[in-house]
Amino acid sequence: MIKHLRSAADLDAATATLILDTAAEMAALSGREVKKLPALRGRTVVNLFYEDSTRTRISFEAAAKRLSADVINFSAKGSSVSKGESLKDTALTLQAMGADAVVIRHSASGAPHRLAGWVDGSVVNAGDGTHEHPTQALLDAYTMRSRLGRLDGLRVAIVGDVLHSRVARSNVLLLTTLGAQVTVVGPPTLIPLDVAAALSSRTRVSYDLDAVLPDSDVVMMLRVQTERMQDSYFPSAREYSRRYGLDMPRMKKLPEHAIVMHPGPMNRGMEIAPEVADSPRSTIVEQVANGVSVRMAVLYLLLGGK
Amino acid sequence: MAYLLKDVSILGGSPTDLAIVDGVIAGDAPEGAEVIDATGLVALPGLVDVHTHLREPGREDAETVETGSRAAALGGYTAVCAMANTSPVADTAGVVEQVWRLGREAGLVDVQPIGAVTIGLAGKQLAELGAMASSAANVRIFSDDGFCVADPRLMRRALEYVKAFDGVIAQHAEEPRLTEGAQMHEGEVSTRLGLTGWPAVAEEAIIARDVLLAEHVGSRLHVCHVSTAGSVEVLRQAKARGVRVTAEVTPHHLLLTDELAAGYDPVFKVNPPLRTRSDVEALRQALLDGVIDVVATDHAPHAVQDKECEWAYARPGMLGLETALPIVLSVFGEKWDLIADRMSIAPARIAGLTGHGGDLSAGTPANLTLVDPSARRVVDPAELASRSRNTPYAGMTLPGRIVATFLRGEATVLDGKAVK
Ligand SMILES: [Zn+2]
Repeated sequence: MIKHLRSAADLDAATATLILDTAAEMAALSGREVKKLPALRGRTVVNLFYEDSTRTRISFEAAAKRLSADVINFSAKGSSVSKGESLKDTALTLQAMGADAVVIRHSASGAPHRLAGWVDGSVVNAGDGTHEHPTQALLDAYTMRSRLGRLDGLRVAIVGDVLHSRVARSNVLLLTTLGAQVTVVGPPTLIPLDVAAALSSRTRVSYDLDAVLPDSDVVMMLRVQTERMQDSYFPSAREYSRRYGLDMPRMKKLPEHAIVMHPGPMNRGMEIAPEVADSPRSTIVEQVANGVSVRMAVLYLLLGGK
Repeated sequence: MAYLLKDVSILGGSPTDLAIVDGVIAGDAPEGAEVIDATGLVALPGLVDVHTHLREPGREDAETVETGSRAAALGGYTAVCAMANTSPVADTAGVVEQVWRLGREAGLVDVQPIGAVTIGLAGKQLAELGAMASSAANVRIFSDDGFCVADPRLMRRALEYVKAFDGVIAQHAEEPRLTEGAQMHEGEVSTRLGLTGWPAVAEEAIIARDVLLAEHVGSRLHVCHVSTAGSVEVLRQAKARGVRVTAEVTPHHLLLTDELAAGYDPVFKVNPPLRTRSDVEALRQALLDGVIDVVATDHAPHAVQDKECEWAYARPGMLGLETALPIVLSVFGEKWDLIADRMSIAPARIAGLTGHGGDLSAGTPANLTLVDPSARRVVDPAELASRSRNTPYAGMTLPGRIVATFLRGEATVLDGKAVK
């Protein structure tokens, strides 16, 4: 088993599949009366969150607690090099506390890589800057597999601000590792020029959402921050949603079986219409539930739980 | 003090004796001259760096004029040009004279201050360039390095103004609007790492503009740390047209690539950023062709806390003085004439440092360095004379060892150790 989960690229197909299979077992166990497993009793998991993300933190916290781990929430919001303790000093503190795993969310890309050099425990990336969010990709893959029965050969469209999206990066890496065919879709300003060369040769690029939808089994809508307008990535929220938003008429272009995903939090009316978000094709609520099972599996496997 | 260098190879030539008497190269050594067995050693004119950050005044925790001078001497240098981005900025006669005086006091290399182009490096208003030129520091190179003189009208005026005293503007070519938030070279690796890209065109666009401005007003332009293949092509065309432009490349841009960012260790963060393999190849060819005139270190010491942190929060820059010659040797081999020209003669000419970059003939100032090309050294950050440790070459085995350096006939380095 790998020691850290810093990037979805840390996972080969066998390891990723093991995590998904383990998550399925965790989900089955969680469904039973006794919600706590003794697997990580006596182990310490630290949630080190430099960015506000209550939903991700709660998901990791629930996962660790269901495995009977001791959980320490270390909120370092607002910290930067200029104020507060440095990441290295914090790492040394966590090291002294005997953290077996550190779950880190940070606004700087690569912070989990740096942290892994300073602590002995496992490091789990819970989102770093515009780099990656590998457990989100795992829960997305888990959701696709449970809805559609497979990942190999699945056609997945990832739509929106791929340039700034850690969810997109991790999903492209993980899904292509697991045999899916990924198409990233968005305005050219928000699609990195060399995305296929950088991430996976099984990645296609399209600037035309309508053309991609009929051939998609999964469409994943990314959150688009309206601030991007000020940087001229697109002219207006209205034009963005007209060209790249998923509304009801567009959803009808999808094949019958196709599902709609969103990592949240959503901008309803921007990248996704409310009726689409709330439709039976939408997996958005399931994604949240699956998040706990997947994170249980990750912590269990990384820490070698028994 | 007189020295007799026995059986030294001048620029790779056959072994001969070289005498140093009263600060100059002499025909014969007097009785009692200190004899140095220079068998197997190559004599080069003392190296000259047109781009060094000495950090004093302001960041003496990272480097001082003295520690930087010592690092320079150990690297084979006899003169370095100290960049203006200190605190306070070297934008007045007072500050440049202070740096110049600190250099004299250290007495290990000639420290030639570079003056800021604009007040506070703010890019708004010209600093008193004439006052710095006529100060004791005798400033001839002006640069806002760290920042680009981005305003085209201000750049034009600066280029014109310094003609009065044969000055040159050294441009840090970086269109700031194209590099907002930039962390590394824009390309495959930045896409994979989720780090904001620094596109090659941000450098090339400024160089293209500036060679046209220099051509228009008939001024000299020097381009700092050229890093892309596209920049090389712009310079090649400008030189072919007769534009008075010179350019430098750093040792790290001749060797390292953006792939090194993969571990997010900020020791590899530098501005301009490490580029791709094809850029590296183009830069090497440009240095061989003379499209790029000089190797300059962009020696940029940083305190530990400014590098032991997240990539995005780290300050850009790498140490260079003590490893420059070994890097150039490892890239180009023992091309001594090329090395002497690109690391001593041409930089001395650009900086107007008469007395440096000589040909080691009798009667010329004894500014020279002795290299053992057969020696190999593993770079150990802890052994560096610089006050900082941010070398990207830690653990690498590099060829060439500086055995001795002489500044106007006085040894600054002997047996590979600084004399003071
Ligand atoms: Zn610069």
